[in-house]
Amino acid sequence: MRITLNVWRQKNTTASGAMKRYEVPNVSPDMSFLEMLDVLNEDLLTKHDADGPITFEHDCREGICGSCGFMINGLAHGGHERTTVCQLHMRHFKDGDNVVLEPWRASAFPVLRDLMVNRSAFDRIIASGGYVSVSTGSAPDGNAIAIRKMDSDLAMDNAQCIGCGACVAACPNASASLFTSAKLAHLGHLPQGQPERLERAKKMVDQMNTELFGSCTNIGECEAVCPKGIRLESIAFMNRDYSRASLMQRPSTGDVGFG
Amino acid sequence: MELNSRVPSGDIQTRWTRTKFDMKLVNPSNKRKHSVIVVGSGLAGAAAAATMGELGYNVKCFCFQDSPRRAHSIAAQGGINAAKNYQNDGDSVYRLFYDTVKGGDFRARESNVYRLAEISVNLIDQCVAQGVPFAREYGGTLSNRSFGGAQVSRTFYARGQTGQQLLLGAYQALERQIDAGRVTMLARREMLDLVNIDGQARGIVCRNLTTGAVESYAADVVVLATGGYGNVFYLSTNAKGSNVTATWRAHKRGALFGNPCFTQIHPTCIPVSGEYQSKLTLMSESLRNDGRIWVPEKVGDKRKAAEIPESERDYYLERMYPAFGNLVPRDIASRASKKMCDEGRGVGESGYGVYLDFSESIQRLGADKIRERYGNLFEMYERITGEDPYTLPMRIYPAVHYTMGGLWVDYQLMTTVPGLFCLGEANFSDHGANRLGASALMQGLADGYFIAPACVGNYLASTKFAPVDTNHSAFKDAEANVHGLTKKLLGASSKRTVTSFHRDLGKIMWEYCGMARNAKGLNHAIGTIDALKEEYWATVNVPGTGDELNQSLETAGRVADLIELGSLMCRDALAREESCGGHYREEYQTPEGEALRDDDNYSFVSAWQWQGEQKSQALVKEPLTFDYVKPSQRSYK
Repeated sequence: MRITLNVWRQKNTTASGAMKRYEVPNVSPDMSFLEMLDVLNEDLLTKHDADGPITFEHDCREGICGSCGFMINGLAHGGHERTTVCQLHMRHFKDGDNVVLEPWRASAFPVLRDLMVNRSAFDRIIASGGYVSVSTGSAPDGNAIAIRKMDSDLAMDNAQCIGCGACVAACPNASASLFTSAKLAHLGHLPQGQPERLERAKKMVDQMNTELFGSCTNIGECEAVCPKGIRLESIAFMNRDYSRASLMQRPSTGDVGFG
Repeated sequence: MELNSRVPSGDIQTRWTRTKFDMKLVNPSNKRKHSVIVVGSGLAGAAAAATMGELGYNVKCFCFQDSPRRAHSIAAQGGINAAKNYQNDGDSVYRLFYDTVKGGDFRARESNVYRLAEISVNLIDQCVAQGVPFAREYGGTLSNRSFGGAQVSRTFYARGQTGQQLLLGAYQALERQIDAGRVTMLARREMLDLVNIDGQARGIVCRNLTTGAVESYAADVVVLATGGYGNVFYLSTNAKGSNVTATWRAHKRGALFGNPCFTQIHPTCIPVSGEYQSKLTLMSESLRNDGRIWVPEKVGDKRKAAEIPESERDYYLERMYPAFGNLVPRDIASRASKKMCDEGRGVGESGYGVYLDFSESIQRLGADKIRERYGNLFEMYERITGEDPYTLPMRIYPAVHYTMGGLWVDYQLMTTVPGLFCLGEANFSDHGANRLGASALMQGLADGYFIAPACVGNYLASTKFAPVDTNHSAFKDAEANVHGLTKKLLGASSKRTVTSFHRDLGKIMWEYCGMARNAKGLNHAIGTIDALKEEYWATVNVPGTGDELNQSLETAGRVADLIELGSLMCRDALAREESCGGHYREEYQTPEGEALRDDDNYSFVSAWQWQGEQKSQALVKEPLTFDYVKPSQRSYK
């Protein structure tokens, strides 16, 4: 089949970008979306196209590393249930389709080139508190604490987040609430995560706000496009913990001077 | 040269403990005066960087991805082995050690493997404490599954995403140290050269992939944890970005490369569908717990799977290996699939596929139980093939998955360059000629959390360091080398794309240095690859400049190194005139067609030493001795 692509081309963060049109003939329905772009890029290289091949981020191509992602016809990852771009196959398109590709759009995710953006803000949110503070060597036996299967499963549902950024791109407010809450719910459902639970919520939400992500207004676009099925209820979990953390905040004993 | 493996002697059960006691320690207040570079942020790299940060060293960690969380460890599906014996089924550290040495077909160091088995139990504890959501039983205890090459159930897992969860655990530990200011993360950097000063590794030169700038970093120690080189086959289950560049360039600076030809071909991957195919997708080995592998009994039987009656199906692994059945080690399962397809009994359009059938398990356990165990894998399969594995059997075929070879390291994970350490899949050490399933995660984490931090400390405490900065002439030379290579790649005649070369290389490697190898084919491959290399540097098409974000340039450098590596792999395969594990030389097989080892002549590690651009590498041997597990013909019947 034949696909027409309109792709956002932008040379670097400061350059202005524009849409450019490409024809891809002979697309096989068994190709993945990225393989279709590979074929186009090979063609652009062979023709020595002035703009060169289209830059897009990708790595594992199994939907787990979270590298890939862009808007396809206005929908993050193309809008197929629980599917990243690399796992989207061309059998979902028809001959003659016109497809528009744009990078994630958010102030916190500046475009680096074409469809590639800078998502390092996500790393800084995790660095602000998205962990259990346990150093190597100081762990008790793995079976020392029994964990209810349901809690472990809920933690796992949230831990599956791949950090692709689709939630931010889909949100009209460019909020990172689904991403941040997934980590808070992952650790917050486990006994290991309890000692730092409220402090973690406070720090990560504050960092999220510092990074110029917008606020959550419960629209639910994030949940609709999340390739890992992270649910809106995680945001409620985050908001509860954040409220409690704000109300219960008190200076640490170190600050009031015991020693 | 002589290789000193620094393997301790005496009772194997106390070798690691005694080694640690004999190590010199760095005083806590002196730790922050030492700088450590860690290249790679997968399980081994992130764990090592985080742990050395916790200890107080001044750490810089590099990765080529946009975030350390994206390293390819994330794609590991099935699980991590540990000798916990929570199932009370007879497991022990000694049994895990025994299974791993045997599974590796007696081509690994006993001391290393024992240490790995010993540390495995601490890894589970550490990961649980970090909040890794391993699967649990209703009573709240940890759950286990079985994996190939073992008769006990010792694999811990988090659905079909164990690698992801373990990596996120290590990544979070790393981010914690970044926040604490003990680790500086340098993402989107690709190491392009190693800098040695006075015979010690003292830094790296890398390219900033966003700006194109060539940057130098100095340190007291360089740790490489840069993964495997399966992408030499073009099509593999590795991520597209996985490459050999960091270790290859270190090889050119004096690090010996161990057992390059030991490659693992994984038996259960989704078959190739067309020429445009960019990578292969693994279906976890854990599926072999509940799936049965079969082909039609008759040659050329083109009926649909459902139309072939039970009596005309050949469950060939269960038939050939009754004791282990569908859970034989990977090398054996892969070769058996190849044999079936070569006999003309393969399934699917291409004839290169076998069935992995869940109908019996679904009947026995119900679809929900299967969904709970493998749901995400089934989804992934359906997305790629458009077929529903709950109703149709999966079609699978072997694909390149893991490389046991890598930089040669001694017992303390140091390469032949003092101060250059190598961890995880990037080193050659623990899996011999074949890795057992769920052992890669174990090795990456053992190296990163426990072994490297101890050994690096020992090196720092027992070595004198002259002050060095990046203005040193050795850094300037390395920078010039990097600029020179970039210029050469950009200045070629632009006739053929990087990918077309890479695909050609992959076809040569798969055909002649894949599941079965022979002297004639390998000699042919060496000649073809050498010609390909020449053509590559003359005609490769790399657009743009070196001073910008340029993905074609990044790939071009990686493929250049993979071409050279491919040639070395063939030479290594040619020199090893025996069959062992994943290295199957057609000339050396038992009457039943199994791998025939030659312990009298080939019980050694092949370590190859770089001799310069126009010369072939020289072979240095490290003899292997087995005091505990006596080498025998592996039998899984």
